[in-house]
Amino acid sequence: MSVETKLERGIVVIALKGELDHHAVEQMRDRIEQQLAEHGYRGLVMSFRNIDFMDSSGLGLILGRYRSVSEHGGKMALCEVNPTLKRLFEMSGLLKVIPVYDSEEAAVAAILGA
Amino acid sequence: MERVAEGVRVDNYLRLVFPSRSENESLARVAVASFVAPLDPTMEELTELKTAVSEAVTNAIIHGYPDEIGEVVVACALHGNRVQVVVEDRGVGIPDVDLAKQPMYTSRPELERSGMGMTIMETFVDKLEVESKPGEGTRVTLIKTFRTAPDVM
Repeated sequence: MSVETKLERGIVVIALKGELDHHAVEQMRDRIEQQLAEHGYRGLVMSFRNIDFMDSSGLGLILGRYRSVSEHGGKMALCEVNPTLKRLFEMSGLLKVIPVYDSEEAAVAAILGA
Repeated sequence: MERVAEGVRVDNYLRLVFPSRSENESLARVAVASFVAPLDPTMEELTELKTAVSEAVTNAIIHGYPDEIGEVVVACALHGNRVQVVVEDRGVGIPDVDLAKQPMYTSRPELERSGMGMTIMETFVDKLEVESKPGEGTRVTLIKTFRTAPDVM
């Protein structure tokens, strides 16, 4: 379980790694919030390329960050979501509020162009 | 041979007992996945089962024992190409199971729960049963049949 962060043209890009269950999410949430607090960001991109497993706790993590980012006046996007995760996103209605892109570059570009 | 229900003989079974600590969530789903491995499920079937088990165990940990560490029991039984997983706690119980099953409903929004656990379980297994008594605990039964035929022994 890890959280890798970089700042790209004012957008915080977070690459999650490992298994997104309740146990992992508890720790990831604080780290992501800390990263957001440290940067004067305009958007957040979460990459799921290295996520092997996710349950509803992961949905809670994403929706919680969406709340933080929206309150801050920023935009949010997700990227590199495998079909299994996408099914969970669809089920929860998350896709109706947060856009998903194939690549990190596309997600960053979409926020910059928004 | 253990009998899970009247007249149902099982081919194999597994019983796990662990404290309601969140680090045991991955242990539980990995154990169940290993247990069903001889049935040669597809990756999709395996992911569905693991996700459903993870939801049930997480619920026992967060909701069953909100203020203390208690015991969670995961009991699996194989019968042919069907697996039954029972996740049980002796925690606080669910006052209204129908309400708890509603998509997006969560009794603990302060924990940033999505409220999708029950919906995910219902979608990812063939049968979901939730029995609960306030003050006595909750028993969640998941039944899933794998489409691939097991090797004939």
